[in-house]
Amino acid sequence: MRTFLSSKWTKRVVFFLCLVPFLLLVLQSVTGNLGINPVETLQHTTGDWTLRFLILTLCITPMRKIFHLPELIRFRRMLGLNAFFYVCLHFLTYLGPDQSFGLGGMFEDVAKRAYITVGFAALVLLVPLALTSTAGWVRRLGGKRWSQLHRLIYVVAVLGVIHYDWSVKSNKIKPFTYGTILLVLLVWRIGASWKRQSKKAKGEAPLARA
Amino acid sequence: MSRGQTVAHRSETFLLVGNHLTGALKGQLAGDWFMLIRKQTDLKYADVTPQSVYLNRRKFLYGAGIGAVAALVGSRLWRMTWPKDTVGGSSFPNLIKGPFSTKENPSSFKDVSHYNNFYEFGTDKSDPAKNAQGFKTSPWVVSVEGEVKKPRQYSLDELLKLTALEERIYRHRCVERWSIVVPWVGYSLSTLIKRFELTPKAKYVAFQSYFDAGQMPEAKYAGIDLPYVEGLRLDEAMNPLTLLCFGMYGKTLPPQDGAPVRMIIPWKYGYKSIKSIVKIRFQETEPPTTWNRYSPDENGFYSNVNPNVDHPRWSQARERRLGEIFTKPTIIFNGYADQVASLYSGMDLKKFH
Repeated sequence: MRTFLSSKWTKRVVFFLCLVPFLLLVLQSVTGNLGINPVETLQHTTGDWTLRFLILTLCITPMRKIFHLPELIRFRRMLGLNAFFYVCLHFLTYLGPDQSFGLGGMFEDVAKRAYITVGFAALVLLVPLALTSTAGWVRRLGGKRWSQLHRLIYVVAVLGVIHYDWSVKSNKIKPFTYGTILLVLLVWRIGASWKRQSKKAKGEAPLARA
Repeated sequence: MSRGQTVAHRSETFLLVGNHLTGALKGQLAGDWFMLIRKQTDLKYADVTPQSVYLNRRKFLYGAGIGAVAALVGSRLWRMTWPKDTVGGSSFPNLIKGPFSTKENPSSFKDVSHYNNFYEFGTDKSDPAKNAQGFKTSPWVVSVEGEVKKPRQYSLDELLKLTALEERIYRHRCVERWSIVVPWVGYSLSTLIKRFELTPKAKYVAFQSYFDAGQMPEAKYAGIDLPYVEGLRLDEAMNPLTLLCFGMYGKTLPPQDGAPVRMIIPWKYGYKSIKSIVKIRFQETEPPTTWNRYSPDENGFYSNVNPNVDHPRWSQARERRLGEIFTKPTIIFNGYADQVASLYSGMDLKKFH
């Protein structure tokens, strides 16, 4: 399993699996198979894949720890960048067909519509993460500051799910599902961090007594 | 233990998918086109091109192959699930051209019959076309009751024969900001109402949809209380635009469009135009309506199409006509102000939205 994960081929296959939803959309656009409301299909599909990639990105750390598979880290940046890629497409399908590329109308929407505000905030917060995703930026910022900055993804994911939830009329099963998975992933992190802290505390306690 | 097993199982599945795709890719590579590009790699450009770029290019090739295969499989599956473009139902002979028809081009039958909000049959717009096909619409009885001297029940046939059926091409605007143009078949609801002697207490008309959890198993995910109920003020119901509708495109309504009988109120958001009606009730008080009950701040009782009154979550200023990419301005009362604006004179349309 671990050699499999370390293989450069595995990484390539995963990379292209990530692009399959995009290629499918391209094919469906070209062949006119996007359904009755093509713009809506594009908006919903790219939005869905953004949330899925955010969640997949957030799965990496817990899976590494739980299954003792440190090699999984090789996929994290790729998944995160795919979330950014799909959110950019999502944004373009809104800015183009809905707003006719008018920034005035867009900012009015951002200011006025809560679900757009939240979605736009998530998009904006994701930009620095995508920009600083390179090894060079990890070096420049220093590992600790870099990981602090990249904790923004928790905020982004929460805002993303809220954005989805507020945009649907009824039948909230899908946003609820994303929300539940996200909650589990975040709670796991809180638990893991408590464990680390209590370990630290235990380590220090004998010293204090001595 | 069980965790480890799960992982092993998953990786096997993954390998299988990987191998499968690689195999398919080799098939693709056998094509001449790919051979040409392959030759290039034999020239060892890697020596001069930065290795990362070189690797990326191969990545792209690999991905294009996988993508093409996945896309082909995907589009095949997509087509299999895509409903056939048939105009079902039986034709109405001797339709007369009704008043108030728009000159705008009607939407395609396929758009109108495969993009539906009919939550009893599922909340996805493609659900009703799939799930409503077995819907039993015969025998069908509509009961007229409440503040009338002689309440009675109508069979569908009686309703159909009440007067001549008209074709009316109306604009239809959904609260979700999409719109269509539909040639409906029916007659003014006022024709039916005039047959009744109403009591002085009859101020409103309440409508109720058919509901049967057995025939509508998807309804449990609807999120709204069912049966679906709607209502109009009596003067709105008596307006000649208000259509008791039995068909579209010259034929009986498909089940997903509200067969066998529904309302069409073209100056109001689509959800006011209740489908598959089984009850029409006259009453003194404003009847509860389904979407108003679900979210009162978002959906008022009146729900008149109005570009100046925003939905709390989005602007209603523009709409997308199905089949078009870009949006266009929404017109007050959906363009029927001449017929209906007087119904609301003196009313604050923001308050009574």
